[in-house]
Amino acid sequence: MEWEVVIGLETHTQLQTKTKQFSSASTAFGAEPNTQACEVSTALPGVLPVLNAEAVKCAIKFGLAIDAEIPLRSVFSRKNYFYPDLPKGYQISQFELPVVGKGKVTIQVPAVGKNAAYEKVINITRAHLEEDAGKSVHDLKSVSALHSAGALQDMSGIDLNRAGTPLLEIVTEPDMRSAAEAVAYAKKLHELVQWIGICDGNMQEGSFRCDVNVSVRPKGTEKLGTRREIKNLNSFKFMQQAIEYETRWQIETLEDGGKIQQATVLFNPGTGETKAMRSKEEANDYRYFPDPDLLPLEVTEADKNAVRALMPELPEVMKARFESEYALSSYDASSLTSSRDLADFFIETVSAGSDAKQAANWVMGSISAKLNVEDKPISASPISPIQLSQLLRRISDNIISKNAAKQIFEAMWLDGGELDAIIEAKGLKQESDSGAIEAIIDEVLAANPAMVEEFKAGKEKAFNALVGQAMKASRGKANPAQVNEILKKKLAA
Amino acid sequence: MINSSLKSLSTALQAKTISSVELTQEYLNRIHQFNPTINAYITLDEAKTLAQAQAADARIAAGSADALTGIPFAQKDIFCAKGWVTTCGSKMLANFVAPYDADVISQFDAAGAVNLGKTNMDEFAMGSSNETSFFGGVKNPWDFSRVPGGSSGGSAAAVAARLCAAATGTDTGGSIRQPASLCGFTGLKPTYGLVSRYGMIAFASSLDQAGPMAKSAEDCALMMNVMAGFDERDSTSVNHPKEDYSRDLKQSLKGLKIGLPREYFAEGLDTSVAKVIEAAIEQYKKLGAEIIDISLPNTSLSIPVYYVLAPAEASSNLSRYDGVRFGHRAAQYDDLMDMYMKSRAEGFGAEVKRRILIGTYVLSAGYYDAYYLKAQQIRRLIAQDFTDAFKKCDVIMGPAAPSTAFKIGEKTDDPVAMYLQDIYTISTNLAGLPGMSIPAGFVMSEDGKDLPAGLQIIGNYFDEARMLNVAHQYQQVTDWHMKMPVMPEGKQ
Repeated sequence: MEWEVVIGLETHTQLQTKTKQFSSASTAFGAEPNTQACEVSTALPGVLPVLNAEAVKCAIKFGLAIDAEIPLRSVFSRKNYFYPDLPKGYQISQFELPVVGKGKVTIQVPAVGKNAAYEKVINITRAHLEEDAGKSVHDLKSVSALHSAGALQDMSGIDLNRAGTPLLEIVTEPDMRSAAEAVAYAKKLHELVQWIGICDGNMQEGSFRCDVNVSVRPKGTEKLGTRREIKNLNSFKFMQQAIEYETRWQIETLEDGGKIQQATVLFNPGTGETKAMRSKEEANDYRYFPDPDLLPLEVTEADKNAVRALMPELPEVMKARFESEYALSSYDASSLTSSRDLADFFIETVSAGSDAKQAANWVMGSISAKLNVEDKPISASPISPIQLSQLLRRISDNIISKNAAKQIFEAMWLDGGELDAIIEAKGLKQESDSGAIEAIIDEVLAANPAMVEEFKAGKEKAFNALVGQAMKASRGKANPAQVNEILKKKLAA
Repeated sequence: MINSSLKSLSTALQAKTISSVELTQEYLNRIHQFNPTINAYITLDEAKTLAQAQAADARIAAGSADALTGIPFAQKDIFCAKGWVTTCGSKMLANFVAPYDADVISQFDAAGAVNLGKTNMDEFAMGSSNETSFFGGVKNPWDFSRVPGGSSGGSAAAVAARLCAAATGTDTGGSIRQPASLCGFTGLKPTYGLVSRYGMIAFASSLDQAGPMAKSAEDCALMMNVMAGFDERDSTSVNHPKEDYSRDLKQSLKGLKIGLPREYFAEGLDTSVAKVIEAAIEQYKKLGAEIIDISLPNTSLSIPVYYVLAPAEASSNLSRYDGVRFGHRAAQYDDLMDMYMKSRAEGFGAEVKRRILIGTYVLSAGYYDAYYLKAQQIRRLIAQDFTDAFKKCDVIMGPAAPSTAFKIGEKTDDPVAMYLQDIYTISTNLAGLPGMSIPAGFVMSEDGKDLPAGLQIIGNYFDEARMLNVAHQYQQVTDWHMKMPVMPEGKQ
């Protein structure tokens, strides 16, 4: 039997707000435990939540970016359960009425083997605002301040710095049919939330966390199989591995006559396997009900328009603009808009005065290659857009040759330095003085009468040989176009 | 001094005929004398109290005194007060020292008022007799064998026994008005959202509201001027302009339309209490009011609706008391679950547990629609009853409680009988409306004691100034509110 995998994602994106979802405590990562836990974060008796307006703006931004329904009214609810790092004994979330309704994300699934690349629309079910829990720290040795206190050996600690951090949970329809599609969606979403500036995308610090629901069914059937939810995926590579393993496991289980139990599973990067953590039968009844401490959230057309005015140009729009405005190919435009930082780098290079096509070639060529080798993001490029633009202008101004530019680029990448000083120091300035070039050409013509004869006899190749001689004589510094031009004139005389 | 109005105390303080320290000391002396018997206060901290009194005297000397500067108030132990043990009447919080001030406490501090101490209350404000307090019951100053009502029983007894100039309370289903009726003083539950709930330990968030408990309507007005106001830390706080609640006290009541809901005078009302209310209504007629017969048809549903919604919210609000970060934690436990279960089993009393169980049940999958959602729908119908009624009248009047103070222990084995104490007060909480209880007379008990009974005045949203006017005018022609209980002498 042929099987089909059905995948849906729930992604928790940590919103880039200075303060928490319902209090004024800081959300900065990495502080000493419990130094960012105010009376609201610790759920002292009598405290009350106040909604962070910035977090709401982030949610609206996301809704606008995926062309989603943003209802006038949404409601915060309490999700009740006991856990030591959940200080109130409930999480404030949204249940029946989320801030963002149905929307769409278009993904590009890359070519794999004999399968060509393709586009697909993934439907977003909803996105809702909620608060994060704190952290239970079972290895107190990892927390320097507590460990040095010594008294906490063999105990678990609670760090409430993260408690109350704003999250936007983005839920898809079960629209994906392969690990490749799921990863393409996750990458696209990862880029989009950074693009619109609502999330820093840091997967290691947990700013972008995906839970993947996987089920399988006989191909051609409609009814969804029983799903298992994979948690704890902090890289796209692990996501791919986990889905592939989980899919195989489910198919094998069913083919062996077994049944899939609805469950939450954890991916173990060490073994590459998924393993059930708890079955849904033991799951909590969360007893959701509207939080009486918070009024329903109202988002009016005016609110949406105010946020719309702050929205950056979205990648699809920018891609189309690059194609029409700069005559870039669809592939180039798509590559350059694959991340906001890359696009910004390109735009800054162009607006500093360099030719768009050249800028695109260099950004996607030399710069991307270097960054790939060094595994760095574009933001870590030692050569700034302004420096790149200057370099490209020296080429178009005939001050340096393309080959010289490559050498200069290498030097600047490694050691920095001022562009013109490097050109000077390395003696890479092109000779553009027509008098000096004429003198060189005269010498070359005098020294190679045989080649001149061949050219006059109709052998075009001889011309190139003469150019080569002239370039050699100038030690590569002569402007090749000028050499061509003057040589042509002299030979025609 | 102890029977003086806030206004005359303020005048005396500012004229320096008495200092705040002297006045405060006089109340502390009375507290020493009577509190061991009455048990109105859970926590006293004389050093803090007297330091505030000294600061108030300095402020008065500097000429920057406000209306309540230097006056000693009792604060219900539901309000977090920085540096004070704040118990909410529970073993769960018996060791909890609040690290911050509730908005109500901040407002009194800013006004230069003196905090005499934290008053006893039913555990987490769940009760109508103060008998669920972990710190023991409170005696009704009119008859020590009887309850003061609840949940603000300690504040009620402190006001009635003149162990403070006035007190704060909170009212979720009648916890200011029912004890005001049973102890014979004036208590006001404002419109929901008028007084900030920040720092007020939550019982049922959509119903809880703080208010003044004092001798007279005039005193309540002065306290409302301090307590009411928008607070951005409470999302349910109403951004309503600041008012002077004393402004209309002297208005005539000529032409005032008083609605009498027939459901409030039906079966269940003690006949002698009914007579007190009828006499008060007669007095209002003399003051020029017009009496209108109205109906609040869903009144009988208010108790069942309340006992779905309030426990639902409470079950969630009380989840934070888990022994992890503060409050009671069991001494011995095997694992996390065991710690939760033992800490909560030991830390909460029976009534609190009962309500957590009810609340957890009505929110559970499969029951939510039938209980919680249905109750919310009926809640809207109850509010609609009042909206309709206020088209015909300016204020609504009736009893505040179905009977006078009952004997200690009389209803502790019958929760439903206890719940019925709030039959006339609960629907205003459900509707979010303001309500008050004022002393309207006395009923002789079977053992020969005079027990007070209160008249309830219910107003439209944000109509507190008019309600206080209506109460004040009555208090100009009656002296029920000036009566003091004759108490057996405490230790001298």
